[in-house]
Amino acid sequence: MPRREALAVGLAAFVLVVVLPLCNALPADGPFSVSNFTLNLFGKFLAYAILALGLDLLWGYAGVLSLGHGVFFGLGAYAMGMHLMLEIGAKSVYQSALPDFMVWNQVTALPLFWQPFQSGAFTLAAIVLVPALFGLAFGYLAFRSRIRGVYFSIITQALALSVWLVFNRNEMNLGGTNGLADFKTIFGFPLNQPVTQRGLYVVTAVTLVVAYLVCRWITLTRAGKVLVAIRDSETRVLFSGYSPAAYKLFVFVVSAILAGLAGALYAPQVGIVTPAKIGVLPSIEMVVWVAAGGRGTLYGSVIGAVGVNWIQSWLTTSYPDLWLLFLGGLFMGAVLFFPDGVVGALGRLIARARRLLAGPRGRASLETPHLSRATHGGSRPPRSEQ
Amino acid sequence: MRYRLVALLSLIAWLAAPAAGHAAPPARSPEVARALADLTGDDADRREAAVTVLGQTRDPKWIRFLGALRDGSVYTRTKAGATELVVGGAKATRGDQDVIDIAGAYDQEPLGTVALTDLKEVPADRRLRLAIKPFLDADETKAQLANPDAAVRLGAAVKLGNQADPAAVPTIEEALRKETDRWVRHALTETLGLIRLAHGSGDERTDAARTLGAIHSAAARDALGRLAADASASPAEREAATHAIRRLERWSLLTTTVETLFQGASLASILLLMALGLAIVFGLMGVINMAHGELMALGAYATFVVQNWFRAAWPDRIDFYFVAALPISFLVAAAVGLVLERGVIRFLYGRPLETLLLTWGASLIIQQGLRLWFGAANVDVSSPSWLSGGFPVMVGVTLPYNRVFIIGLATVSVAATYWLLFRTSAGLRIRAVTQNRAMSSCLGVRAGVVDATTFAFGAGLAGLAGCALTQIGNVGPSLGQNYIVDSFMVVVTGGVGKLAGTILAAAGLGGLTKGIEPALGAVFGKVAILVGVILFLQRRPAGLFATRGRNAEA
Repeated sequence: MPRREALAVGLAAFVLVVVLPLCNALPADGPFSVSNFTLNLFGKFLAYAILALGLDLLWGYAGVLSLGHGVFFGLGAYAMGMHLMLEIGAKSVYQSALPDFMVWNQVTALPLFWQPFQSGAFTLAAIVLVPALFGLAFGYLAFRSRIRGVYFSIITQALALSVWLVFNRNEMNLGGTNGLADFKTIFGFPLNQPVTQRGLYVVTAVTLVVAYLVCRWITLTRAGKVLVAIRDSETRVLFSGYSPAAYKLFVFVVSAILAGLAGALYAPQVGIVTPAKIGVLPSIEMVVWVAAGGRGTLYGSVIGAVGVNWIQSWLTTSYPDLWLLFLGGLFMGAVLFFPDGVVGALGRLIARARRLLAGPRGRASLETPHLSRATHGGSRPPRSEQ
Repeated sequence: MRYRLVALLSLIAWLAAPAAGHAAPPARSPEVARALADLTGDDADRREAAVTVLGQTRDPKWIRFLGALRDGSVYTRTKAGATELVVGGAKATRGDQDVIDIAGAYDQEPLGTVALTDLKEVPADRRLRLAIKPFLDADETKAQLANPDAAVRLGAAVKLGNQADPAAVPTIEEALRKETDRWVRHALTETLGLIRLAHGSGDERTDAARTLGAIHSAAARDALGRLAADASASPAEREAATHAIRRLERWSLLTTTVETLFQGASLASILLLMALGLAIVFGLMGVINMAHGELMALGAYATFVVQNWFRAAWPDRIDFYFVAALPISFLVAAAVGLVLERGVIRFLYGRPLETLLLTWGASLIIQQGLRLWFGAANVDVSSPSWLSGGFPVMVGVTLPYNRVFIIGLATVSVAATYWLLFRTSAGLRIRAVTQNRAMSSCLGVRAGVVDATTFAFGAGLAGLAGCALTQIGNVGPSLGQNYIVDSFMVVVTGGVGKLAGTILAAAGLGGLTKGIEPALGAVFGKVAILVGVILFLQRRPAGLFATRGRNAEA
């Protein structure tokens, strides 16, 4: 990792993991205090950022655009949600050991696939394994048959649609449209206590930092180089004796695991899991976080996830009608005017400012090919190849 | 109690009447006279019984009188010490007095004009009106059986079948003698069979069961089942019923098959209409147009607006709005498509993933724009009268006109697209650019113009699809979202560059969906289709008709 980036990551990690929770622990009226609400909101954003990291690894590096990552997010969130539902026990509205919606749907015994989620350890394993196995199966079928480019994107979108349809059904015993909600405790800690929420936030922030380091490590290895090569010319990689399918499958599974982790951290902090987080629109929204932040940089996706969601939580409360217009504009703007996202635009701005400051003589020495990288080289092959 | 007995007795008397050769009771029999007297009284039970007595005379004049009673225009007046019932007509004001034309209760002979204050209204409360209703309805049904419009006659026959009133038998038999329309005859025969099955003698029931089996009457299924299981029925009857049920079951297998085939064809043509424009644009430019669904929504809303224009400007020509809406929705969507292509998409050729995101952004904006302009609720687009109703092909299968229309529209659209691509010079240019953009440009084909017109044409086809969808589904801002993934599946399965692939994929997916839907339900059917498509792509990664050779993706 370049030294500058290591420094920046370390600083950001310190602020997110240590400073923010400390400020939250301060008395509420102090000048530096962070309210419980804000911290909770940030916890949600950081969970999203974990997912965005995986998506960036997949899209920004390997050039595989998935429009179905809401599915993996949902799998993680539901795995966690199921455990939390069972933890409620008889403290629910109907005072039954079964989750409320089952009583409502006249289910008398806990369905078989719910049973193991009574164990916390199994749940933690499931959060990682369920999205991973699902991603492995789907990715294997898709990549083995060399479904690529827009074909892959469309297939994943159809996946998001069908999983969304299935999770909406009451007979799946997953709470139907209403999803899972009313969680009381997590591994014994009461969820309505600020301390628990602060703890969850710290866990999320630490996970994000670890995930970032893992993703960065992957991009720096030989495998990372192959991923970029696949993005830029998959056929050439194939002809050079590598198996693009295996690399793509690997990175797809990694991103599915990250999405599942994000979902699992999201569930207890937001307190509700519904199919609305799985469908076509949320899945493609996740892509725009990465696009707006800047693809192929990792840190851009984190900035994008936090930034876009911050704007969303502000717009949807203040100007609910404008949110979709803004989102649409963001899609178009990010593609047309900021193909390398906020990060890339900022980088260009800084480079230009430096050139101006350095004066005519310093220009030549500072003119380095900056971030404009190979990001577009790959996705912009000669037209005849289309 | 006594009055109920009277009513019952008169019912029996009347039921016996047809057997006795249609001896209608005289207009002023003692029962009728007593009923009329009761009607002016206060006792609700007696008044209700009186209505029954009058109704069961089946005398059109008394039926008309009951109608007047229901409308509250029956009055009593005291003339020469006796109370008399009269029917009120037109009201007027003469000087400071309200006057009314009156007529006799039975024969309606005019009795002059009297002051309203001299009359006392015979009140018709809810209970009385309810008692009157069946008689008026029966009378109306009888009138409907003679209606020149076959659809009205059919409706009346079906209604009689549902009521299964043995009293209606003579009416039905008479109607059946005169009836020429095949479907009305069928309905009347069915009605007759149902009534005989329920009320007839043993032989009649055997006969009725045979007839019902022969005409494949699905409505008789339950009654036949009861008869077949009825221990008190004779073996011949039960045998006939069992046999009829077997015939019905065989027939229903046939109708289900025909219906599934038709539904599959209908869904396939909808998918084809939607996917056609998408496939052309994808094949030519490699652009996945995520805003295709919203272009369909634009077409649907254009239809809505055209409908409102017609409603405001030519209310008497409202049926023709749809004819105008078809080209207008095509043009509206094509114009928006043109703006989209020239405005933004042309900067992104050769970058399919970027265009995918860009058009998705455009779709969100169009969708929200529609929501802000027309409101979030669904708008009401009515079917023109020539598209409502259906076309009976066999007993138990009616093909709705709107579905038939969509199949026709899809066929015409495909034919027109083929003609455009393979019989015009514009089509030649499109095919040239699709095959080799650089070479075509070198030979003087203006690729930009070809792109723009093709995109506009594809968008126009989306508008046309949207216009057609108004006839079978809801029109709302998220109309496009509901269909877009399905049409993408068609394009992906069909492969790029060959229309035949799109057509085949639409037919296959449409037929398959409708084929497995009964077994799995809509949701799991859709999931099964997705799994099927993924497995299919294992065999053919680039769809049914992949581009091969030099043009294939390197």
